[in-house]
Amino acid sequence: MTDGKSSFVYVTFIKTTPDRLWAALTTPEFMRVYWFGVNIETDWKAGSDWTMVHGDGRVTDAGKVVECDPPRRIVLDWTHQMNPELAAEGASQCIIELEPLDGAVKLTILHTMQRGDSKLIGAVSGGWPRILSNLKSYLETGEAILS
Amino acid sequence: MDDDSVFRALADASRRLLLDRLHERNGQTLGDLCQGMEMSRQAVTKHLAILEEANLVSARRSGREKLHFINPVPINSIAERWIGKFDQPRLTALSALKQALEDKQDD
Repeated sequence: MTDGKSSFVYVTFIKTTPDRLWAALTTPEFMRVYWFGVNIETDWKAGSDWTMVHGDGRVTDAGKVVECDPPRRIVLDWTHQMNPELAAEGASQCIIELEPLDGAVKLTILHTMQRGDSKLIGAVSGGWPRILSNLKSYLETGEAILS
Repeated sequence: MDDDSVFRALADASRRLLLDRLHERNGQTLGDLCQGMEMSRQAVTKHLAILEEANLVSARRSGREKLHFINPVPINSIAERWIGKFDQPRLTALSALKQALEDKQDD
């Protein structure tokens, strides 16, 4: 049972290499293309801070890089910054895993909050599928579908 | 992982019911999912395997348990392929209207 815990898992298979996918996940110029102008600002080292900066300069989310193992795994602790109700929920955890599989890479994103019915998890759940569809299209065809 | 396997997986009421149950509460064990289902544990296992094959369900180990999660990415891709270019807010409004009208009929 997972009472007292809210989790979402997103899995997509992208025809690319782990190194290219890793670059797309961690390089600002790539990120902006498929993530609707959003950039994660950090040096991608364990213990470092990260902030999610939108095109208009707003910082909506921030936290610490817990683990960073290129090109395999990123663990972020993740706290919302703008909406007081979401911010009050405290830190969630986001695990990003890359696994090579038959000429493609399996990308898994697991986002968990240690409380039931988390509003933050509800809020991010609408965003991830669109970001991942865009990322897949960008890496496989060179173009993002949505902007 | 192609669209065919997604549509095949969705073309079964029991599998859609399993997705509904995971949509309601994500991260359930096989035992949780069997509760209240009018089918055998083996049948539920088989349906879950087909959903996993289509990438609609993702199973993850958590300690001694294997938890099943709904994965919305393939359905989102299908939606973007045919629906994305139409006006999304209007579609949402229409589906809300349909739901409100149909709820009223039930009263």
